[in-house]
Amino acid sequence: MNILDAIISQYIDPYYLRIMILIGINIILALGINLITGVTGQLTMGHAGFMSIGAYTSAILSMQFGFSYVLALLAGAVMAALFGIIIGIPTLRLDGDYLAMVTIGAAEIIRVFFLNFEPGGKAVGLAGIPQHTTFMTVWVVALIVILFNARLLNSRIGRAFYAIRENEIAAAASAIDTTRMKILAFMVGAFLGGLGGGLYAHYMYYINPQDFGFMKSIELLNMVVLGGMGSIPGTILGACILTLAPELLRIVAEYRLLFYGALLVILMIFRPNGLLGDVRIYDLRKRWGKKEVESCQS
Amino acid sequence: MFWEQLLNGLTLGSTYALIALGYTMVYGIVQLINFAHGEIYMFGAFAGLFLVSFCGVNIVLALLGAMAFCMLLGMLIERIAYRPLRGKSSRLSALISAIGVSIFLSTLMVLLAETNTRRYPDVVPNHSFHLGSLDFSLMQIIILLFSAVLMVGLQLMVQKTRIGKAMRACSQDLDAAYLMGINVNRVISFTFAVGSALAAAGGVMVAIYYNAVWPYMGTMAGLKAFSAAVLGGIGSIPGAMIGGLSLGVLEIMGVAYLSSSYKDAIAFGILILVLLIRPQGLLGQKISKKV
Repeated sequence: MNILDAIISQYIDPYYLRIMILIGINIILALGINLITGVTGQLTMGHAGFMSIGAYTSAILSMQFGFSYVLALLAGAVMAALFGIIIGIPTLRLDGDYLAMVTIGAAEIIRVFFLNFEPGGKAVGLAGIPQHTTFMTVWVVALIVILFNARLLNSRIGRAFYAIRENEIAAAASAIDTTRMKILAFMVGAFLGGLGGGLYAHYMYYINPQDFGFMKSIELLNMVVLGGMGSIPGTILGACILTLAPELLRIVAEYRLLFYGALLVILMIFRPNGLLGDVRIYDLRKRWGKKEVESCQS
Repeated sequence: MFWEQLLNGLTLGSTYALIALGYTMVYGIVQLINFAHGEIYMFGAFAGLFLVSFCGVNIVLALLGAMAFCMLLGMLIERIAYRPLRGKSSRLSALISAIGVSIFLSTLMVLLAETNTRRYPDVVPNHSFHLGSLDFSLMQIIILLFSAVLMVGLQLMVQKTRIGKAMRACSQDLDAAYLMGINVNRVISFTFAVGSALAAAGGVMVAIYYNAVWPYMGTMAGLKAFSAAVLGGIGSIPGAMIGGLSLGVLEIMGVAYLSSSYKDAIAFGILILVLLIRPQGLLGQKISKKV
């Protein structure tokens, strides 16, 4: 892998390499949200909170406790998954916008916690994280995550997730343990969030609580909604578009965010279900080029 | 000390309540979290500032002007960004559209006014009053009184007038209201206008009270007000008032007696605790799901 990295960094411009690495990280993060919001239908608007837990945990472990890169990443992801379970528990009683508010609130509390967290450098942030994340590591992890997601959604558990989104009462009546499944979705989604956060921290060299604010969560959620809820190819496409968009919009300089906002509105008006709503990898392989892809949604 | 903090909390809380009313009214009718609402509040504060410092009008006129401007802005946003989506798409895509509007508006204001913090000229004399050991300023009284007037007025409008009746009908069942001959689009437009005017009033008063106006002031205020609306039970107008006031008081008390560095965490922590105990908010109705 090191050799491949050396070759790649020799032939590809560092600017493009950076964008491609960020796309890989965003795919991992967005797939986590897709699992919770797109597939299971539980609106989460605080994914940046999970990301920051993964980022800080892995950064501190590898800087101060000498953990190896892989071990630090895994520890960060497991830590985030634990928080995912804690935040998943309110889903037993809440749904829709109330749940969204709880996830926003939890992410804000996590952010304020890191703003006052001594080992994390408080508001100044944490600098000097070893830069282990390379193009190859990101994309190998991203591929594993994509394959894992595809297998998961095609399994018994994945179908249970879809069933909960479509109709929770009907799902429960069909002997699906909705409580356990919802917590599981939150746990796996948070795990991916923590993993992405760890990769991000070890790429960026410097992290700060402000990197993981409300707007970051929204940016990640946009990728899923724009690409197509519940669809892995859609989420990947959304992550690519929304990572590239700010870069491509650099030509309009300071009007960049103005266009970005307008773009979101226009896309939602013309493609309200996202670009590839509910299209599965399986559908693409089987029916590519044929008539309109049949969605698994009723 | 305690009473003074209570008064500060009520002042802050009544501005939260004014913003929360816009969230809750819109939500009650179209089930949309209007994420651009915080930005409307920010635009209101800037419109007031513009009227005071460039047009030289007095503060009462500036406040009314800002409210009128935001009414138009709210209706315009509804027309452009939400109405085309209504009925044919999921609520989540409307939410993303609202987020797009919010990003658009805050960037627009950054381009128009730059990011630095601006101040209102001295429009309200800095009198302070004493009542026993209690100290309070003129601005606090103005905020409390004017918010109370607006809230009572809103409640009267919703309960007593024809359009208020139409709003209540729409919040019960949009389709049925449409079949009864209510012009649903006009009612929704009106709701956005009223909510935006209240937010603008809140924006101008907060800007004078804290002596600061900046393009990103809407984000945190919007989040807090939304959590106030959820705390009171989203969709319920008295709920938004109670939620706003109690969130303001609890936040000020938390800062005074616990820790100021956890200011933002306190509001959200309380919200999560309340929702865990009462998932439908303080005054919300529990809607049982039908199969």
